[in-house]
Amino acid sequence: MLDLDLFPSNAPDHCPGTESELAGKADACQGCPNQQTCATSTPKGPDPALPFIRERIRSVKHKIIVLSGKGGVGKSTFTAQLGWAFAADDHVQTGIMDVDICGPSIPTIFGIASEQVHSSSTGWSPVYVQDNLGVMSVGFMLPSSRDAVMWRGPKKNGLISQFLKDVDWGDLDYLVIDTPPGTSDEHLSIVQYLKESGIDGAVLVTTPQEVALQDVRKEIDFCRKVGLPILGLVENMSGFVCPGCKTESQIFKPSTGGAERLAKETGVELLGKVPLDPRIGKSADYGVSFLDEYPDSPASIAYLNIIDSESVLHGSGALTMPLLTFVTGIKYILDDSR
Amino acid sequence: MSEETPISRRLKSVRHIIIVCSGKGGVGKSSVSTQLALSLHALSSRPRIGILDIDLTGPSIPRMLGLDGHGVHQSSDGWVPVYADAQQGSDPRLACMSVGFLLKKKSDSVVWRGPKKNAMIRQFLSDVRWGELDYLIIDTPPGTSDEHLSLLEHLAPVHSKLSAVIVTTPQAIALLDAIKCLSFTRAVKLPVLGLIENMSGYVCPCCGEISNMFSTKGGEEMARREGLTFLGALPVDTELVTLLDAAEPSSAGGPDEAIDIKAFDILKRYQETSSAKLFRSVADRVVAGIAHVEQGSAVAGV
Ligand SMILES: Nc1ncnc2c1ncn2[C@@H]1O[C@H](COP(=O)(O)OP(=O)(O)O)[C@@H](O)[C@H]1O
Ligand SMILES: Nc1ncnc2c1ncn2[C@@H]1O[C@H](COP(=O)(O)OP(=O)(O)O)[C@@H](O)[C@H]1O
Ligand code: SF4
Ligand SMILES: [Mg+2]
Ligand SMILES: [Mg+2]
Repeated sequence: MLDLDLFPSNAPDHCPGTESELAGKADACQGCPNQQTCATSTPKGPDPALPFIRERIRSVKHKIIVLSGKGGVGKSTFTAQLGWAFAADDHVQTGIMDVDICGPSIPTIFGIASEQVHSSSTGWSPVYVQDNLGVMSVGFMLPSSRDAVMWRGPKKNGLISQFLKDVDWGDLDYLVIDTPPGTSDEHLSIVQYLKESGIDGAVLVTTPQEVALQDVRKEIDFCRKVGLPILGLVENMSGFVCPGCKTESQIFKPSTGGAERLAKETGVELLGKVPLDPRIGKSADYGVSFLDEYPDSPASIAYLNIIDSESVLHGSGALTMPLLTFVTGIKYILDDSR
Repeated sequence: MSEETPISRRLKSVRHIIIVCSGKGGVGKSSVSTQLALSLHALSSRPRIGILDIDLTGPSIPRMLGLDGHGVHQSSDGWVPVYADAQQGSDPRLACMSVGFLLKKKSDSVVWRGPKKNAMIRQFLSDVRWGELDYLIIDTPPGTSDEHLSLLEHLAPVHSKLSAVIVTTPQAIALLDAIKCLSFTRAVKLPVLGLIENMSGYVCPCCGEISNMFSTKGGEEMARREGLTFLGALPVDTELVTLLDAAEPSSAGGPDEAIDIKAFDILKRYQETSSAKLFRSVADRVVAGIAHVEQGSAVAGV
C-alpha cells in the first residue's frame, strides 16, 4: 500500500538505497530495473565533501560507530567508556565524535560541557579531555546549553560532514562515533561519508526488554542494508543489585529472552552485559570516568571485558596490553596521587 | 482563522491534541502516551481517544498496546486506525495509528531521511479516519528535528487545539535535553501542560529500600525553576515494563479474536499496576491543564 522501501524488493543485494546520493549510480545499480528512476530522481551527484573527508580520515586507523535503534539505552555512556578505556594507554590517540545533533550528551559525560570549539589554520580543534582524547560535539558550538537545535536533515548532515572534513583530528588510533537513536539522516550520512575510508563496524547497545530489542532488530536490519559490519551487541542495564539487601532484581525484564536470544536469532555476537548501577548515571552527570572511579565494580569489569574483546579492538596492533591491566594502572596512578 | 487544509478538515472532529515529547530517548514518552491513553479511557466520561505514533524509525505504540501484528485498512474515507478496545462492545474508543502497522515485517527498518518522514506525517494527519475524538495523543521521537518541525508545521491551522506534555527522567543528562525540548516548545509557541518525572526512584521488591536508580527530584526542580506545572513523579515500576513489553498476542498472526481478547487484557491489567494509581492524578492534571490553556487562548482571542 505504501512505498516503505529505501531498498525496493526488486533491487539487487548491494543497492545503495533509493535515497542515497549514489542511487542509480552505484556499481550495484547496473542492471537494476529501477536504475533510471533512481538516477533521475536524485539530482545530487556524489557529495563534493567526500574527497576532503577521505583525505582527513586517512590518518584514522579504526572507526567504530555506537548505535541503537532505541534511545536512552546507554549509547553515549558506552561511547565514553570506550574513549576512556582506549585513552588509558598514553600511546593510543582517540577521538570521539558526537553526531547526536539534537541531544548531545558527550560533552556532559566527559565533564567538558562549558568548552568551546577553537578554529585554527588546520581546521576546528577538538576539545581535549586529556592529551590523547579529543572530542567534537555540536554541544561546544551552542551559545547556550538550553538552546534547541531545530534542524532538519540536510543541516544535520552538513554539520556531520564538517565534523569529518574540517576537524583537525590528527593521527588517531580510534575514532568512536556516538549517534542518536533511529535509522535516519545522521546514520545514513555517517555511513555514506565513511564508507569509502572503511568503518571497522558498529557496536549495538540495547537494554533487555522487548520494547528496546524490537528497535535494535531494526538497527541490525539497517546495518545489513547499508553494509555496515556489526562488531557485536551489548546488553546494558541488565539486572540491578539493591545496595541495601544485595538482592539482584530485573528492572527491564528480558521478557522475550533479552539480548542473548536476539544475538542467537540474528547471528550477532553478544559482547557482554553491563548491570544497572546508579553510580554510572551519577558519574555521567558529574562528568567523571566511571571506570576510574569504580574500577572494581561489576559494571566496570563488564565494560572492560567488552571493550577488550577481539571484535571491538579488531585485531588492532595499537593495543598490545589487555585493557583490564590499564584499569589497574589507572587505579594505581590515582592512589599514587593521593 | 487560518485557511482550511486537508489536515484541518480532518482534525475538525478532534477536540484536543496532546503532544508528548522530551529531548531525550528512552525516558518514557511512549509509555507515558500509552498510560495517558489508558487512564483517559478509564474516565467515567468515556472519552474517545486517538493515539498517533510519529516515531517512524522506532515505533513502540503497537507493542505497548498489544497490537503487534495488526494492519491498517483502507476505506473510502481514509485509513482505518487499529482499535485497542475493539472487543469491548460495538463502540471502540481507543484508536491507534503507527508506522508499525504498515510494515511487512516488524524487524524491517524504516530508513528515511527528512522529506519522506515529512510526507508520512502529513499523510497520518490528513488520511486517518479518526472520527470524533476528545483527545488525540501524539507520541514523538526524541530530538527536535524533522518529525517535530513537520508536525508543528502541519498542525499550524489547528494550533489552538495543541498542548504538550514533557517527559524526563531525573538525571542531569536527561534534564539537559528536556530543557532543549522546552526551548523548542517556546520557539513554536506550543503551550506546555507540564512536566512528568519518570523512573524516579525504585523500591526494592525484596527489602523495600528506595534506591535512586536514576536519582530523583531533578524533574520536579526543573518544573519549579521553569515555572511549569509538575504533573507528577512516576517511580521505576518493573511490572509496567513487563506489561508494556509482553503485551503481545501469544500467537502472533493468529486469528483476530485471540488478539482482541489479549488487548482487552491490557486495559484491565494496567489498572492493577501501582503506576496506574499514580497516573490517575497525572491524567487529572492534564485534563485540568487543557481546560486552563484553552481558556487562556480564548481570552487572548487566539
Ligand atoms: N548501566 C547503567 N546503569 C545505570 N545508569 C546507566 C547505565 N548506562 C547508562 N545509564 C544512564 O542512563 C541514561 C541514558 O544513557 P545514555 O548513555 O545517555 O543513553 P543514549 O545515549 O543511548 O540515549 C544516562 O543518564 C546514563 O547515565
Ligand atoms: N516508570 C517506569 N518504570 C520502569 N520502566 C519504565 C517506566 N517508564 C517507562 N519504562 C520503560 O522504559 C523503556 C523506555 O520507555 P519508552 O516509553 O519506550 O521511552 P521513549 O518513548 O521515551 O523512548 C520502556 O521499556 C518502558 O517500558
Ligand atoms: S537503481 Fe540502484 S539505488 Fe535504485 S533501487 Fe536499483 S540498486 Fe537501488
Ligand atoms: Mg546519547
Ligand atoms: Mg518512544
